[in-house]
Amino acid sequence: MSSAIPLLLAIGLGLAGWLVARGRAWKFKSEAADGRLASLPVYHAWYAALWIGGPVLLFGVVWNAICGNLIMQHVLASPGAANLPAFGMRRDAILREAQNVASGAADRVLIPEAEPLVEPFRAATLLYDGIGIAVALVLALIGAVWVFLRLKPNFAARTKVERGVLGVLFLASLVAILTTFGIFVTLVFETFRFFGMVSPVDFLFGTHWGPDPMAATTSTDGSRYGAIPLFWGTIFIGAIIAMIVAIPLGLMSAIYLTQYANPTLRKWIKPALEILAGVPTVVYGYFAALTIAPAIREIAVSVGIANASSESALAAGLVMGVMIIPFVSSMADDSIAAVPQAMRDGSLAMGATTNETIRRVLIPAALPGIVAGIMLAVSRAIGETMIVVMAAGYAANLSANPLEAMTTVTVQIVAMLTGEASMDHPATLSAFALGFVLFIITLILNVIALRVVKRFREAYE
Amino acid sequence: MVTEQTPLTTPEEDEPTGEPKIRATDVSVYYGDKKAIDEVSIDVHTEHVTAFIGPSGCGKSTFLRTLNRMNDTIPSARVEGTIELDGEDIYQSGMDVVQLRARVGMVFQKPNPFPKSIYENIAYGPRIHGLAQGKGELDAIVERSLQRAGLWDEVKDRIEDSGTALSGGQQQRLCIARAIAVDPEVILMDEPCSALDPIATAKIEELIDELRGRYAIVIVTHSMQQAARVSQRTAFFHLGHLVEYGHTSDIFTNPREQKTQDYITGRYG
Repeated sequence: MSSAIPLLLAIGLGLAGWLVARGRAWKFKSEAADGRLASLPVYHAWYAALWIGGPVLLFGVVWNAICGNLIMQHVLASPGAANLPAFGMRRDAILREAQNVASGAADRVLIPEAEPLVEPFRAATLLYDGIGIAVALVLALIGAVWVFLRLKPNFAARTKVERGVLGVLFLASLVAILTTFGIFVTLVFETFRFFGMVSPVDFLFGTHWGPDPMAATTSTDGSRYGAIPLFWGTIFIGAIIAMIVAIPLGLMSAIYLTQYANPTLRKWIKPALEILAGVPTVVYGYFAALTIAPAIREIAVSVGIANASSESALAAGLVMGVMIIPFVSSMADDSIAAVPQAMRDGSLAMGATTNETIRRVLIPAALPGIVAGIMLAVSRAIGETMIVVMAAGYAANLSANPLEAMTTVTVQIVAMLTGEASMDHPATLSAFALGFVLFIITLILNVIALRVVKRFREAYE
Repeated sequence: MVTEQTPLTTPEEDEPTGEPKIRATDVSVYYGDKKAIDEVSIDVHTEHVTAFIGPSGCGKSTFLRTLNRMNDTIPSARVEGTIELDGEDIYQSGMDVVQLRARVGMVFQKPNPFPKSIYENIAYGPRIHGLAQGKGELDAIVERSLQRAGLWDEVKDRIEDSGTALSGGQQQRLCIARAIAVDPEVILMDEPCSALDPIATAKIEELIDELRGRYAIVIVTHSMQQAARVSQRTAFFHLGHLVEYGHTSDIFTNPREQKTQDYITGRYG
């Protein structure tokens, strides 16, 4: 069944219920002795729409998920499916071909074996679409009957709609939570599969990273899966080089904006700074790869480093640092601005200059907020991929030389998942293990940052 | 609680000797186009505690803040007239505001200790002005300041605790000690007791009395009783004008102006 059908049904029937219920409520109103209802007609209308459209929509979501399987089972049970290959790509191709022809996406069958399956597909689709629509209609009817039995002049539709809205909002937030949970479960599951093939000790403490996607899966060489160079690259680029750029610049711009800039200037500079946060990271990637990396290489060569590479950790780190300036600066800005004016006045009245006041009073008082901002920025930086791919490359080097090519956890995740290895090859699965480690690290950083921010908020309220 | 009121001094026995510490002449303050203070002239002597009283919004705090140029932090504020500290105009172009504020300390309405230790709060001023050579001298300054502020005995065992952990009254005395630590000539107090309970208020008032003579003290207060208790000179402000300035005893017992009479008897304000 096309996913649009239940949606359209839900909207159409809901709208019909909405209009009818409102009409009925108007009628109640005109008949009521004092011309008043417990709830406005529009609430009666929404109540009807929720009860009629809601179940249909929920059913549609569930039906959509299981309908494909039901059709497939039906087709496989048909006599035409008897001489299909048991497994493999050819079987999949035949089934897909038949389905495409049945649904009209393709004109004619190219694989002869698909021919006998077209008709069963067509029939099954028709059957299950019919069942789906029928169930949806029955649900809508039940909802409608329920609603119209309850609609009375003194019916408290308003509070019921309130509860319905609550339910919708709850569902919306549930989607985000369930998605996070689902991601986590997938990660954990695949990570365990990976650790079944490569020992966690090899993975976490090994210093050589060079998965071979073509190696046999039966005996995996754990020494090729040492992730230390990736962790080092991530920390070196994201937490060291980028922070050396972002912390001073972000902090200084926050200080300038909160303490020195006049309001007009602030009005212009602050949004401009925030635009930096909105630039797609791919664009930063171009900039890093096409402008900064060659410039660094030229400088390196001109000072006598002959073998400077055109991809370097320095280029990626510098550009990443610029990218996260707004994170550092906006948190620092907020926390400096949150230090009570009385502190500033107290210091100035002691005969301190503005600069002394900032260094000795404002920054110490705002430090928790500043630190939290830096932590959020670090967790953003170590999750960044695009800039590193473009500017620092794929080579897993364990080196403290910023001019060397380096790679990070995220880059290798992309490389492994898009590589040639099959889904159950340890090279592919290593991506999940890397993702899991990254997830844990950023989670810890975020939790620390949030706790620090919370404590800092309590301090001045 | 103050058990006995500081007796109102009689005019004859406390005529100031010598030049005034601060002489304000025809001072007007503008916030943008709005005139907040209109041609106020006042002399402040070290021998006296000078109180500024008046209803809210009368400009007494604004005027107080012109005396150490704290109004400079408000971009739209503009000051006319002259204010002399020991005969030197503090608004002249070459004036070093930072030095001025070291000479004219200030205590605010709400206690505002820095979120640092008690020791660091007091040491802040001496450090930035380089008043102490070495740790020993700094310790001495901290102890002396806390003693003068009557806080030493209460905090000497927890000098490294945070200043913000003290009670409101102790915090305010800490702020006074902080101001004293840079050895100012004048201390301005902007309603220093308005956030404190009566007992803490009484302690601050006692302290003000003890500090009199060593520092010229100017106090803005909403409480007429407080002005009567702690000050020897009182200035009554109304709508940006200085209505009356004179001996505290005269202002409260025998005011020249009808407006002053109305205010101190509680008819408005």
